[in-house]
Amino acid sequence: MTEFVLHASMPKIVTDLILFEYLLRLGDSPLILAQRLGEWVGKGPIVEEDLALTNVGLDLLGQARMWLAYAGEVEARCSPRGRDEDALAFHRDAGAFRNLLLVEQPNGNYADTMTRQFLFDAWHVRALQALTRSCDPRVAEIAAKGAKEASYHVERSGDWMIRLGDGTDESHAKTQSALDNLGMYTGEMFASDAIDAALADAGIGFDHAVLLAPWREHVDAVLEEATLALPAAEWMQGSGGRGGRQGVHGEHLGHLLAEMQYLQRAYPDSQW
Amino acid sequence: MVSTGPHASNGAATAQRPLLGLGAIWQALAGIADPEIPVVSIIDLGIVRAVEWDRVDPTLLVVRVTPTYSGCPATELIMSLLRETLLAIGVHALRIETALSPAWTTAWLTPEGARQLRAYGIVPPGSALPGGHAAVAIDVRGISPLRRVAVVVPCPRCGSHRTQLVAQFGSTACKAQYRCQACLEPFDYFKTH
Repeated sequence: MTEFVLHASMPKIVTDLILFEYLLRLGDSPLILAQRLGEWVGKGPIVEEDLALTNVGLDLLGQARMWLAYAGEVEARCSPRGRDEDALAFHRDAGAFRNLLLVEQPNGNYADTMTRQFLFDAWHVRALQALTRSCDPRVAEIAAKGAKEASYHVERSGDWMIRLGDGTDESHAKTQSALDNLGMYTGEMFASDAIDAALADAGIGFDHAVLLAPWREHVDAVLEEATLALPAAEWMQGSGGRGGRQGVHGEHLGHLLAEMQYLQRAYPDSQW
Repeated sequence: MVSTGPHASNGAATAQRPLLGLGAIWQALAGIADPEIPVVSIIDLGIVRAVEWDRVDPTLLVVRVTPTYSGCPATELIMSLLRETLLAIGVHALRIETALSPAWTTAWLTPEGARQLRAYGIVPPGSALPGGHAAVAIDVRGISPLRRVAVVVPCPRCGSHRTQLVAQFGSTACKAQYRCQACLEPFDYFKTH
């Protein structure tokens, strides 16, 4: 794999291109998960949950907007494009998205949705906390705002894991099944590639591997209370260790984007 | 806008610094209600962090606003209300800056804001008391290392401590839904954030 090293002598355009790529990774996961949660509008099992899911989705959408707006500003410094947050959200194809594979997985039943949420939240809050120490002040302040929200999200999704896992035989079976199906997408959250390593070295990003132990401890504590177990972490994707954050996605993302982007693709730049 | 000032009718007027003190501007902003919880003004909510004249262009007013939650849908409406209100009192040149850091906290809610919330039936942030009991089977507080300590949110109607969390979110991101087991009434809690 190509190695990048950021240092002072490097042309700013190169460091900006790498930062742009990294900001897409930060923004695309909350964006895609927000879209997934939005699919529950009007279909939640009870009205309180309908509201709660979409409130979590709103937090994530707000965070995604901040990351993508910054990404667009960085892109403008290093390329003639300089897309704004809307152009980045609505006018990129699946291969240009940098979200985690976990968040593009379909909603399934409520256990599937809450399990996806919990596995993501427990990682997300730690990733944002790590980014609050970024030497890029814009990254640090977006992360600080998001970390406050993510810490609340993980409380909620953890409650649901326990409620469903330690609930009825039916809810237990569905939640364990969700863990068995989604566990394979979690390995990606702790893998750093050359871009991550370069940004970590520059003090802008962080080493993703260090989040694994605290994430696992948190997840295991909640799952034990929930009488559930996480399957061994594996990585779904194959050659070269590439996954969603490198733009290699599963079949579901294209369908999600077709719905999310339809209006802007059919009527570019329309506003209402 | 109606103005009887000497420069009101010509275009040069807009280049003049309005004869407004910052106190009058703060007062005008205090008249803007939060669109989602209309008993609280945006000043009492603590989202207006600074109001000042630009150092380079003294006719330009700079208002620094911090959003509550990242995705709060009221934010854009608040920005447009702010523009309208300031234009109506004669502020023609305005720059609204969004400040993310330090992140908004409910500690910035004013005592008057807290009083208004309570009168409206919403338990203000900071009202939760330490303690609590795991009377409810699904009460799992204390498991996660990120979890807050167990708390009790007293009922705003009868004052009972026998209340139960129904959902972590309510009609807005900033509230959670509770139910009082003594008077059986549901109520909202404006979460400490």
